[in-house]
Amino acid sequence: MSIQRKFSIFRYNPNTPDVKPFMQEYVIEEPQSMTIFTALNKIREEQDPSLMFDFVCRAAICGSCAMVINGKPRLACKTLTTDFSGTITLMPLPVFKLVGDLSVDTGAWFRHLSLKTKAWVHTDKEFDPNAAEERMDNETALLIYEAERCIECGCCIAGCVTANIREDFLGAAGINRVARFMVDPRDERSGNEYFEVIGSDEGAFGCMGLMACDDNCPMQLPLQLQLSFVRRKMLAFGLSK
Amino acid sequence: MSNYTTVITDVLVVGAGLSGERAAIEAASQGLDVIILSLVPPRRSHSTAAQGGCQASLGNCAMGKGDSTDVHFSDTVKGSDWGCDQEVARIFVETVPKAIRQMAMWGVPWNRVVAGKKVLPDGREIEDTKDKEGLITARDFGGTAKWRTCYTSDGAGHTMQYAVDSIVIKMGITVHDRTEAISIIHDGETCLGVVARCLKTGELRIYLAKSTIIATGGYGRLYGASTNAIINEGAGMSIALDTGLVPLGNMEAVQFHPTGMVPVWILITEGARGDGGYLLDKNMHRFMPDYEPKKKELASRDVVSRRMIQHIRKGLGVDSPYGPHLWLDIRHLGAKHININLREIANICKNFNGIDPVDSLIPVRPTQHYSMGGVRTNKDGYAYGLKGLFSVGESSCWDLHGFNRLGGNSLAETIVSGWVVGKKVAEYTLGAELNYQYSLVQDFAKKQQERIAGLISGKQGKENVFAIRKEMEQTLMDYVGIFRNGPDLQTAVDRLRELHQRAGRIGLKTNGKWASPELTAALRLPGMVRLALCISYGALTRTESRGSHAREDYPKRDDANWLKRTLAYWKEGSDLPQLQYEPVKITELPPGDRGYGESSASSAEGKK
Repeated sequence: MSIQRKFSIFRYNPNTPDVKPFMQEYVIEEPQSMTIFTALNKIREEQDPSLMFDFVCRAAICGSCAMVINGKPRLACKTLTTDFSGTITLMPLPVFKLVGDLSVDTGAWFRHLSLKTKAWVHTDKEFDPNAAEERMDNETALLIYEAERCIECGCCIAGCVTANIREDFLGAAGINRVARFMVDPRDERSGNEYFEVIGSDEGAFGCMGLMACDDNCPMQLPLQLQLSFVRRKMLAFGLSK
Repeated sequence: MSNYTTVITDVLVVGAGLSGERAAIEAASQGLDVIILSLVPPRRSHSTAAQGGCQASLGNCAMGKGDSTDVHFSDTVKGSDWGCDQEVARIFVETVPKAIRQMAMWGVPWNRVVAGKKVLPDGREIEDTKDKEGLITARDFGGTAKWRTCYTSDGAGHTMQYAVDSIVIKMGITVHDRTEAISIIHDGETCLGVVARCLKTGELRIYLAKSTIIATGGYGRLYGASTNAIINEGAGMSIALDTGLVPLGNMEAVQFHPTGMVPVWILITEGARGDGGYLLDKNMHRFMPDYEPKKKELASRDVVSRRMIQHIRKGLGVDSPYGPHLWLDIRHLGAKHININLREIANICKNFNGIDPVDSLIPVRPTQHYSMGGVRTNKDGYAYGLKGLFSVGESSCWDLHGFNRLGGNSLAETIVSGWVVGKKVAEYTLGAELNYQYSLVQDFAKKQQERIAGLISGKQGKENVFAIRKEMEQTLMDYVGIFRNGPDLQTAVDRLRELHQRAGRIGLKTNGKWASPELTAALRLPGMVRLALCISYGALTRTESRGSHAREDYPKRDDANWLKRTLAYWKEGSDLPQLQYEPVKITELPPGDRGYGESSASSAEGKK
């Protein structure tokens, strides 16, 4: 049994600013179960090959396909059409630069985030190819991985009020990224150095506490906990000065 | 007058997955100017989807005791069914422990040894000792004598790509993402760079470089069902083939992973079986020990995939609307293990099948997974046929994997080949000069521009790109699968030749302007059909069975005639590749019994 499913999709190409943004409707046959990934490809292949959107892994691990689906930022590849009744409305993520239609440039945004938070292991040690690795407690490794699981999809940023009004706000992804290095004993940064990258209202103190990020994260990262972890660290550092 | 933006650099890397970025770091650390082109932001690359881990003979965990580079070497060569280059395998096994430790230094949170006694799912008791606690641990994988696969839960590729990309960012290496190389520029002897199309604006650009590295991954998406990301369309291989000078090696060697999840074909890591998961049939019978008493579910991937299909052909598969499948059972591993060590696949099962593997069986069937073949290079990563062209990772046929890659050896290959070949690229580039005639360079870009104009105007025809693509995918699915035979392969070749003709008559439905996705697909498709022909024609011509290449009409490995590597060349205007062969170098381990698989089983029976 299949039904007819209507989609209302945002259309705009920044290369042709004379054509104003508009919503376009498509109707496709919906089998018993279908993801937005399947639906969009069906639309592109059978009805409109000009429609722009991004997918890579289609397995909810690469973070390419976040878009606003009926008002909420989600990964399109793992969202089932049957979760909704009636028309499904698709919009590109806000905050990020639009490439066209549903495609946004998250790559440039996240590279900037990495640069701003200096998101790499800071160490003075030289790599010695002939030495055994330094030991680490397995619990610590798992703790790092917990924060490292962020796939930089941008859902937390797109749903964040502060990020939508402040261009320089690092958002939950940024705070989580810093938390990842804070729990990593290989990173030799001092409290002061972390304070410089995150201890301002662009970072840990810009958040208004609405926590949409925590609700929207498709990886179920504990973003609220990470925020309080980073804030506690910053506070402790501030008081110790 | 030039219409094209021209970018000049020392080293141009095409592809920002693990091997490309690792090579870029090596070249940049020698002071060279490096630009990476990528279809997607680096952290979206298919490398991030690798779940299970990396083989390295660290020998830290209880079941890894006594491991060495020699044991890893012998597992790799047997796994390849003696098709690999043994010099390369030796370089690889010696380098990979160092590469893993370097990854640890760069931030990969490898799981570590926890001391204490443990009981394995099969009842064996093992003990991890205190002296190894905190060192990098490993899990079991197929076709290995020891537990050797280092991992971070089941997100090894993700953590490695993030670590390597963090170094790329730290070093300030330039990445032009959403940029697709569509043609290699060369003067008949030397590679000069590429013509690339911007996937944001559609603009054609010229990139000139002293050396160019192809690191574009595999071609899984030529098949209708593949575990691969949708960007894995073999782009780098096909532009190399189009030079007419650079051959692709062993394209008929295609890996099918035993456990693609039905019906979305997303990978369920080999770690699931490594950690103790079983395969069951429709009667809930664990059938693998019947076929492979020694290695059971953990024979090499080619063997397990064949045994599964063999079992399904006996009518013992589970019927479903998507065809018969088998079950993967990991319930006995327990919620704690599954939700920590196999967490991403638990999520995948929930997201895409609505099942929780803690209490449900996972429907699986062997699915296209990996391309052993690719741009043929020597052991230093130099592509055959053109100076200044290199290749690393899955897009290459460095030839670590021969006719079957072991699980855990591809992620390991990315960082090893990136490192080893990156060094060689730096050496070459430091001594090279960039000499070119600009008119020749521009002709390459003009040729692409004319192709685009032709597709837009529809002057060659009105064939639909998506329709031809579907037929190509189906042809490979139906006739060039796990078991192959002469008549089927001939059918595939005939159909693909016809599709190749039709691919030359594609006309767009849209205006093809800017970053038109239809134009992107139309530019790629003819090259994809040529790759499909290299696979099918190579398979038709190879009248033996070796590793993943299993001919029902030639079921035995034939070392007397086929201990050689296929080299496929494509001459412009042709509709079939020209095949040549080169001997496989045997430096250490002469061809013998793999210790698992059909030939081992029959020789064991013979002894009875």
